[in-house]
Amino acid sequence: MNKIKSFFSTFLLIELLKGMALTGRYMFARKITVQFPEERTPLSPRFRGLHAQRRYPNGEERCIACKLCEAACPALAITIESAQREDGTRRTTRYDIDLTKCIFCGYCEEACPVDAIVETRVFDYHGEKRGDLYYTKDMLLAVGDKHEAQIARDRAADAKYR
Amino acid sequence: MTDTITLLQGFFGFTWPVVSNLAKIFAIIVPLLLGVAYLTYAERKIIGYMQVRIGPNRVGPKGWLQPIADGLKLFMKEIVIPAGASKGVFLLAPLLALGPALAAWAVVPFGPELMVANIDASLLYVMAITSMGVYGIVLAGWASNSKYSFLGGMRAAAQIVSYELAMGFALVGVLLAAQSLNLVEIVNGQQGGMFNWYWLPLFPLFIVYLIAGVAETNRAPFDVVEGESEIVGFHVEYSGFAFAIFFLAEYANMILVATMTSLLFLGGWNPPIEVAPFTWIPGFFWLFAKACFILFLFLWFRATFPRYRYDQIMRLGWKVFIPVTLVWLMVVAAAMQTPYGYLFH
Repeated sequence: MNKIKSFFSTFLLIELLKGMALTGRYMFARKITVQFPEERTPLSPRFRGLHAQRRYPNGEERCIACKLCEAACPALAITIESAQREDGTRRTTRYDIDLTKCIFCGYCEEACPVDAIVETRVFDYHGEKRGDLYYTKDMLLAVGDKHEAQIARDRAADAKYR
Repeated sequence: MTDTITLLQGFFGFTWPVVSNLAKIFAIIVPLLLGVAYLTYAERKIIGYMQVRIGPNRVGPKGWLQPIADGLKLFMKEIVIPAGASKGVFLLAPLLALGPALAAWAVVPFGPELMVANIDASLLYVMAITSMGVYGIVLAGWASNSKYSFLGGMRAAAQIVSYELAMGFALVGVLLAAQSLNLVEIVNGQQGGMFNWYWLPLFPLFIVYLIAGVAETNRAPFDVVEGESEIVGFHVEYSGFAFAIFFLAEYANMILVATMTSLLFLGGWNPPIEVAPFTWIPGFFWLFAKACFILFLFLWFRATFPRYRYDQIMRLGWKVFIPVTLVWLMVVAAAMQTPYGYLFH
């Protein structure tokens, strides 16, 4: 009996018509496409995008060249060289992140004792040459300066879970 | 109107038949190619909507210029000829695919008087010409000198030849009902509203013709021939404009099958109800609307059904469609001998 039933439902294309009814209904469903440059999806405060180096409010850079981020980095994307500054503090003379190596895991941010290296919400950046994605200390500081307000807000929102 | 024609006739003299026929050909080919362009746009939009997406909407207002941009892109690209390819056949094959798809339009009537050539066996002509399209595909597969495209070409040939049979039998049913091979007379036999169209008495044949038409044009769910993602098809080695011509041929064939379905089963240019507001609308519009409906079905199928396995395609063609058409042909032929025969005319 079941065999006869399935024969007729196949032969009379009933199953196919059911499928078409479904797609036909979806044709009038609300479309969920996000029109990217004009519309953006909401981002979490923990979003891990482009890196930035932060400064203290008095303009002093936070990084103390402890190299914990370099040690934590699983992709070996961070290169740091340090030296003593005239005032006796240890500072980086070189702080490079190779974004072609970076896997955006956020371990550098977690390892940092002074919240100097952070990942921002910026994800739509690009480079036209390979070298464009090799971010140096100045570039990272510039990103930090540009987005400091947003970065500070995101840290504050996430502070109680840390 | 007649004054202008006599004026033009005087101007062109003995070259008039050539000029007027060329004009007619252009009057069909240009809208057809535009139709192909916007069919690709409609396809992307409709399938997008069915997949809860928006579809192309960036080039021009609402994406109306998208097909133009696509065409330009293909036109600018290089035509790569594989090292071991048979160069002449390789370049000839796309034309052999496109030629029949356009040539068949010579006898397609758009109205009782509106066509390039009104020949007696126009249905036979269409069948014969569309069968030629498979040569382009097989030769493309062979001339590319690639195993994948060769196998793709063989698959295409087997599929098209199998479904040609079911399609032919479905058309025999129309011949029985209309008792003519002339497309104009077939359409005229369907006058008097949508219940006099042949889709009703020949309903199984209508369905078989529609599905065989999808298979003939290698559309989803029968698109194993090209099978973009899983299997490679006959045109893997083609690029640029040579590929675009295959694309054009496929879509021109789709429009042809849709128009033939409307002519043979959906009453062609006859309005669905023969009362005042519907009969005012010119017949060409009705044919266009019906063809658009069939094309919409094609796109709807593509958005809905997963691709058939190859043995399932063959099974469907040989073990389902041909028996169904044969049985219904017998039913129609037998019923014509009874007093109820008028139901099938």
